[in-house]
Amino acid sequence: MSNLAQLPKHTLSHLDWLESESIYILREVAGQCANPALLFSGGKDSIVLLRLAEKAFRPGRFPFPLLNIDTGHNYPELLAFRDYRAAQLGERLIVRSVEDSMRRGTVVLKSPDELRNKHQSVTLLEAIEEFGFDCCIGGARRDEEKARAKERIFSFRDEFGQWDPKNQRPELWDLFNARVHKGENIRAFPISNWTELDVWQYIGREQLEIPAIYFSHQRPIVRRSGLLQPVTELTPAHPGEAIEQMMVRFRTLGDVTCTAPVESDADTLEKIILETASTTITERGATRLDDQTSEASMEQRKKEGYF
Amino acid sequence: MSATDHLPETHMAETDAGLLRFLTCGSVDDGKSTLIGRLLFDTKTILADTLSAIERTSHRRGLDAVDLSLLTDGLQAEREQGITIDVAYRYFSTGTRKYIIADAPGHEQYTRNMVTAASTANLAIILIDARKGILTQTRRHSYLAHLMGIPHIVVAINKMDLVDYDQAAFERIRTDYLSFAAHLGIKDIHFIPMSALKGDMVVDRSEQMNWYSGPTLLDVLEKAPTAHSEMDEPFRFPVQFVCRPHKSDDAKLHDFRGFMGRVESGRISIGDAVTVLPSGKQTRVKDIRVLDSSFPHAYAEQSITLLLEDEIDISRGDMIVQSEKSALVTRQLDAMVCWLAETPLDLQRKYLIRQTTRESKAVIATIGFRVDINTLDHIAVERLEMNDIAHISLRLAQPLNIDAYAKNRATGAFIIIDESTNNTVAAGMIL
Repeated sequence: MSNLAQLPKHTLSHLDWLESESIYILREVAGQCANPALLFSGGKDSIVLLRLAEKAFRPGRFPFPLLNIDTGHNYPELLAFRDYRAAQLGERLIVRSVEDSMRRGTVVLKSPDELRNKHQSVTLLEAIEEFGFDCCIGGARRDEEKARAKERIFSFRDEFGQWDPKNQRPELWDLFNARVHKGENIRAFPISNWTELDVWQYIGREQLEIPAIYFSHQRPIVRRSGLLQPVTELTPAHPGEAIEQMMVRFRTLGDVTCTAPVESDADTLEKIILETASTTITERGATRLDDQTSEASMEQRKKEGYF
Repeated sequence: MSATDHLPETHMAETDAGLLRFLTCGSVDDGKSTLIGRLLFDTKTILADTLSAIERTSHRRGLDAVDLSLLTDGLQAEREQGITIDVAYRYFSTGTRKYIIADAPGHEQYTRNMVTAASTANLAIILIDARKGILTQTRRHSYLAHLMGIPHIVVAINKMDLVDYDQAAFERIRTDYLSFAAHLGIKDIHFIPMSALKGDMVVDRSEQMNWYSGPTLLDVLEKAPTAHSEMDEPFRFPVQFVCRPHKSDDAKLHDFRGFMGRVESGRISIGDAVTVLPSGKQTRVKDIRVLDSSFPHAYAEQSITLLLEDEIDISRGDMIVQSEKSALVTRQLDAMVCWLAETPLDLQRKYLIRQTTRESKAVIATIGFRVDINTLDHIAVERLEMNDIAHISLRLAQPLNIDAYAKNRATGAFIIIDESTNNTVAAGMIL
C-alpha cells in the first residue's frame, strides 16, 4: 500500500476504541428507548458495563435502573458485591428471583437439583412485563460462543422474548434500530466486540473493584467430568469422590451449580491478565457445565428468551 | 479519575496499533473459511478445547487433516445445510493490534449480508481461486466493497498450491484484476499469492514462493491504516443525549448542560467556533469532558461530553460541526441504496429514515436505475426487491445534516425503517 510507512497520530488504542464504542451504544439506548434497564449481576462483564455507564452519563444519573435476576443459587460474594456497588453508585437496583417464579408456579423444575440457569429466562420476561422495559442492556460478548458471534448489538425479541437467528434486523454502520411495538423488546449488548482478555485489561486499566472470588483462593474441590467442581452446601461431593483443597479462581461467575473455577495462583489483576493472555482453554470450555450438553445449547436457550 | 488523566490519545502505548475492522469476501469454494481458520490458528487465537472439538468433527467426517473451515461454522441451521447464512464477527489479536473480522457469505442472494459486513470495515480481503481467476463473484465483491466505501482492498489469490505455486498464474490474475479495478476506481489494492490450506503467505512466508517478495497477509493487516486516520476530515458531532442534572444536590451542576456523543470525524479543541445544525446557530466550545476530567482536544471515534459557551436549544438529532466546514442541511437527497427486506419497496408509502442520530419521515420520489452487480449495467426498474442495489431520490419531512458518503461514511450513511414492522429495510449511501 502507498501509505504503509507510518501509523497515524490519533489512532485510539484498542481498549479506548472499544470503550468509546460501548459508551456510544449505551447512549443510543438512552436516546432511543423509553424505559430501559441494565442487567447487573456483580460479575466481571456487568462491572465493566457500570464503569462504561458512568463514563456515558455522569454527572447525570443513569437513565435506567439496574436489574438482577437471582437464581437463589448465586455465590453470596457476588450478591454482596452487587448490592455494595449499586449503593456506591447511588443507582436503583431491582432484584427479581427465580424462586419467586417457582412459588408462582411459572418455573417448574424437572427435579429439585435441576440447573436453574435456563429458568432465569422466565423470571427475566416476568420482570420485563412487570416494569414495562422496552430494552435490557446485557454484558454478553460475541467471542463467548458460536451462536453469539452472529447476534446483533441491538437484538430484537418478540413478545415471547424469542430470538430468531434467521430473522434478525440488518445492522449497518452504527445506525442502531431500537424501535419496538408494545410488548416486544430489545436486548442491547454494548460489549459485543470485547474479548475476555479485553475485559480483564480494562478492569486492570480502570482499577475496578471486583468480587474477591475472581482472585486465586483456597476452596474444597472435587474433579468431575474434566472440570473442577466446588464443594458447597448446594453441590456436595458424591460418595467416593476425593475432596481436595485447591488454589482456584473463577473466570466466569454464574449460578453455583453451573460455574466451575480454574486452578490458578493469580491473586492480582496483573497475574489474571497474564494468565488470560496465555490460556489454552476457552472461557466457557473451562467453566460452564451448561454449555456442554450440545454444540447448539446456547442457541437453543437464546431462542427461548435467555440472554 | 483525576484531572491529570488524559483522553485516550495519550495513553496509547507504543505497542498498541489500535483496532482494524476487515471483511472477507468469497465463498466456501474459494477457501474463505479455511483462510479465517488459518489466521486464527496461526495467530494462536484458537484454544485447545476448540481445536480438539474440530479435530473430532474432522475425523467423524473422515478427513485426514484438521478442517480449519469448521472453526467458522455458526448456527445449527447452517451446520445442517453446510452454508453460511449470516454475518459472523470474529476476533483475534497479535499483541500489537486487535482485529474484528466480519465474515460474510459470498453468494449473490446474500448481497445484503456483504453490504452489512462491509459497512463497518476499513479493509476487504477478496478471495480468488488461482485455478479459476476472476469470476463474476469477484467483480460483485469488488463493486460492493467499493460502493460501501472500503478504502483498502487485498486480493488474496488463494490455492496457489494447486497451480504448483506458479508465478505466471498469479501475474495473469493480477493484470486482469487491475484492468477492471481501474474501471471501478478502486485505488489501493494489494495482491498476495497464498495457500490458506498450507499456510503459505497468510501469517508465515513460504519456501514455495520465493519469487514473491511482498508482504504476507498479516503484514498488510498489521500496517493497514485504521478508519479516520488518512484524511483531514471536518469535525462532526451528532448529539446522542443531553445531560441536564439540574435536580442534583450539587449546586455546581444546576447550570450544567452537556451534549453527549461521539466525534464521528475530525477533531475539536476548547475555544473552537462551532455551528449547530440544522438551526445554524453559532457558539464556541467551552469544555470537553469525560467523567470529572477536562481535555483540551478530542479526536474522531472518541465519546465525550461537549459544553458550549452560549445557551442554545440543542437536542438529540442535532449535529455540532466546525463552523468553517459545515455540513449540508437538506430536505432532499440522492443516494445509492441496498434493499434489505423481503418485502419490496412500495413507492406509495412513507418510510422512516435514520441518519446519524436523526430521524425523518421520507418518501422515495424516484428510482433512477438498478445496478446489475454482476455486469455493473444500469437497468431501468419500477420496483426494488431484496438484494437490489439502486439509485434513488428521497424527499424528507425534516431536514437532515449530510455529507456525501464518499467524503464521510458516518454522516453520509442512512437506514430506512418500515414503521409497520419497525424492521430495517434498506441501507443508503448519500451521493
